[in-house]
Amino acid sequence: MAVDVEVKQLTPKDFASDQDVRWCPGCGDYSILAQVKKILPLLDVPLEKLVFVSGIGCSSRFPYYMNTYGVHSIHGRAPGIATGIKLAQPDLQVWIATGDGDALSIGGNHLLHAIRRNVDVNILLFNNRIYGLTKGQYSPTSERGKVTKSSPAGSVDYPLQPLSVAIGAEATFVARTHDVNVKHLADVLERAARHKGTSFVEIYQNCNIFNNHAFEYATGKDTKHDTTIVLEHGRPMIFGKDRDKGIRLNGLTPEIVQLGNGVKEDDLLFHDERVPEPTLAYLLSRMYYPEFPEPIGVFRAVDHPTYEAMLGEQIETSVKSKGEGSLEELLSAGDTWVVE
Amino acid sequence: MAAPTATPTAKPTEIIDNITVRFAGDSGDGMQLAGMQLTNTSAIFGNDIATLPDFPAEIRAPAGSLAGVSGYQIHFSEQRIHTPGDGCDALVAMNPAALKTNLDELAIGGTLIVNEDAFNKGNLAKAGYENDPLADGSMGRYRLLKVKIDQLTTEAAQDTGLTNKAVLRTKNFFALGLIYWMYGRPMDPTLGWIESKFKSVPAVAEANTKALKAGYFYGETTEDFAVRYEVRKASIPPGKYRKVTGNEAVALGLVAASKLAEKTLVYASYPITPASDILHELARFTHYGVKTFQAEDEIAAMAAVVGAAFGGALAATGTSGPGLALKSEAIGLGVMTELPMVVVNVQRGGPSTGLPTKTEQADLLQALWGRNGECPVAVIAARSPSDCFDMTLEAFRIATHFMTPVILLSDGYLANGAEPWKVPAISALPDMHVGHPKGNGDEFKPYARDENLRRPWAVPGTPGLQHRIGGLEKANIDGNVSHDPVNHEEMVRLRERKIAGIADSIPEQEVEGDLGGDLLVVGWGSTYGAIVTAVEHANAKGNRVACAHIRYLNPFPKNLGDVLRSHKKVLIPEMNRGQLLIKIRAEYLVDAIGYHKVQGRPFRIAEIEQRIDEVLKG
Repeated sequence: MAVDVEVKQLTPKDFASDQDVRWCPGCGDYSILAQVKKILPLLDVPLEKLVFVSGIGCSSRFPYYMNTYGVHSIHGRAPGIATGIKLAQPDLQVWIATGDGDALSIGGNHLLHAIRRNVDVNILLFNNRIYGLTKGQYSPTSERGKVTKSSPAGSVDYPLQPLSVAIGAEATFVARTHDVNVKHLADVLERAARHKGTSFVEIYQNCNIFNNHAFEYATGKDTKHDTTIVLEHGRPMIFGKDRDKGIRLNGLTPEIVQLGNGVKEDDLLFHDERVPEPTLAYLLSRMYYPEFPEPIGVFRAVDHPTYEAMLGEQIETSVKSKGEGSLEELLSAGDTWVVE
Repeated sequence: MAAPTATPTAKPTEIIDNITVRFAGDSGDGMQLAGMQLTNTSAIFGNDIATLPDFPAEIRAPAGSLAGVSGYQIHFSEQRIHTPGDGCDALVAMNPAALKTNLDELAIGGTLIVNEDAFNKGNLAKAGYENDPLADGSMGRYRLLKVKIDQLTTEAAQDTGLTNKAVLRTKNFFALGLIYWMYGRPMDPTLGWIESKFKSVPAVAEANTKALKAGYFYGETTEDFAVRYEVRKASIPPGKYRKVTGNEAVALGLVAASKLAEKTLVYASYPITPASDILHELARFTHYGVKTFQAEDEIAAMAAVVGAAFGGALAATGTSGPGLALKSEAIGLGVMTELPMVVVNVQRGGPSTGLPTKTEQADLLQALWGRNGECPVAVIAARSPSDCFDMTLEAFRIATHFMTPVILLSDGYLANGAEPWKVPAISALPDMHVGHPKGNGDEFKPYARDENLRRPWAVPGTPGLQHRIGGLEKANIDGNVSHDPVNHEEMVRLRERKIAGIADSIPEQEVEGDLGGDLLVVGWGSTYGAIVTAVEHANAKGNRVACAHIRYLNPFPKNLGDVLRSHKKVLIPEMNRGQLLIKIRAEYLVDAIGYHKVQGRPFRIAEIEQRIDEVLKG
């Protein structure tokens, strides 16, 4: 097919809607919005084939700021809405912008099931460990003991680890990044977009109003090398400012070791995001500060058929074997009789 | 298949114009199957039919217990009929529990066939009988026929190589055979069904065949059965017919709408009694391109419907009362985003889990008003199993022409009840095509409206029409988020006027009987059959009674007020505590009288007839 139309190369600007962005000044959401707009032109997906879906919360304002199709829906239900869109039009690229309350509290059930079905959507979980839009109550990812308006004596809830939840729900793509390291953020977003199936990305996002500095340990220039570990597929797990520390497995338990003195790189745990069993990814999702450096990057990326592809195949197979159903046949099926 | 004729007999035959038979037994006894076979056979034979399955909520309650009794009533007639019959003329009771729970339904002097073998000490105790009712004379008001069904079935089918237990499983067909003989029903349709159903297990096919025939010939030979009855073919308009239940008709209507609109049907649902059969039916229709989605819960199903509608599909869900409650927030999103979608609510007894397998009409106010904010949707109701097909098409016509969620009310009685349905000619079906805007370079206004106040249905994938919608209030025309107070009031009124405007596109309220009479009986939903028959009976006694059965509940037909006001009195029978009554009184200031029944079962014709008499006298 010859196409003479000159395809215009899109730029980040083309993805901006005419609406003013209304997040608080200094919010981490701005950085995520900017990086999404930056990577979209790399994907060669036309504007009209993109849909951003969200629930309720600060992060859920996201669709209004994108010059694509979008639905700002109701609290927690974005995965259901997105699944419906993919059922109607499987070739659309669908993104979900959600927060820790939206995805893991009110929408926990829908999150699990969208992930287990492997619907081809990209889920961006803006984790700021607080309820921002309702002005500062503790969230399902807030640390125990968190003092907020609704927990003046400290929260007695144990927090969820979003990535452990996603891996437990059979996620095929799981990653973590944060709002400060924009290069890392953009790389992870691009990989999530290119993955076929549900991509689940936890983004550490600073809420400078209600939970400021929540991730400073992981993003601070001086601390990040010791508090985080960058995952690289096929590479040994090394971290530290001087890259002199590593993660080694002791039985089923990871431990931090100092390289040298007989400890070689080959003794360390090697990251493998493609291993079919999710055990390694799960183990990594259980490493958190201050006991361990927190892994950032892609934990898991495996290929499974998507929900909509399998449904489409069933329809195709059935049309092939029975022929495409006609209205006549539909109405006259089963036992009929003629009254004369 | 050509209509078969009554089978010959050597015994005297009495011609009667209609008969109602009820099968009752343990839920594992195959009573539903026996009932369905009698239904199919009678329909194919050419009678008019109406059925009422009556099953327990428990899948398999303890054998012989009262809770485990499953029943199936079928009414067949040479006249047009509208209900499965008030009581039954013949009751087949497979055990004492079935007798105890169903005897009230049997007419005095009716035929009572019992499986004598099941009336042992243990079963009698489980049913709470201190004495054997077959022996203590308490059945004297009925024509009692004691049949050793277990023993006769075993003798008939024991040489098929099956275990005794498996042989006994065919006793429902022995009972069916006996009923076939009693009413001159042809065995061929059921023999054909057995052959195709058990093709891969010839021994089971043989056992069922032998049991059916043994029951039939037992009737012919034993002296207990002196007379047989014959119900002649009904005079039914010519055409091709099939039997449908309400749930089947909804499923057919959904697929037909999708074919007529040339759009993909997305049906997202969570299993719930009594709506699940719609999902089951549709899941078989993959070769029609139907996409069914069994969601993780009711809320997700509704969310997926909103998403699929945004994506340009014909989107529908089915549920029952508790599910409708869970869906209400997402239906509100459908109202705010003004997308077309259909919610089928197959009502059951409430509140809460209520009576899942029993029928009720107590969700009308939930459908009308059960959402936060001023949140109007179109509400329509089917009045018979086959009407579910027409009203499903109507639901999608309204949804797409007015860009709105539509709630279609059915109930457990319509869902599981069956009647003959004249297969419609394709040419007689409505045009369901819907247009979508294409980008023309101008700025797109997602909340601009046409003369129906309908906003454009722009679907993702259309270049130049990218837009964002959501649950926040919209600015009129441009569709951006707006917190402006005046705009909000304008939008609330616009949404209200849009739904009210549907009245211009629906038929006027029909009245059966004379306008201006002494009494108008107003109903909605599945009570149609009982009401219309009761009104016929009342008029046969020389009264001037009319009935108006409302299929469009929001908005009402435009002439409804005039219809109501042109009768001296208005009576509204409902299977609830007066929900339509509230709406009619509020909207038209008509002093209507309510008549309520909330027993999880439909009105009897006689109950409504009696109430009509009382109201006319009072």
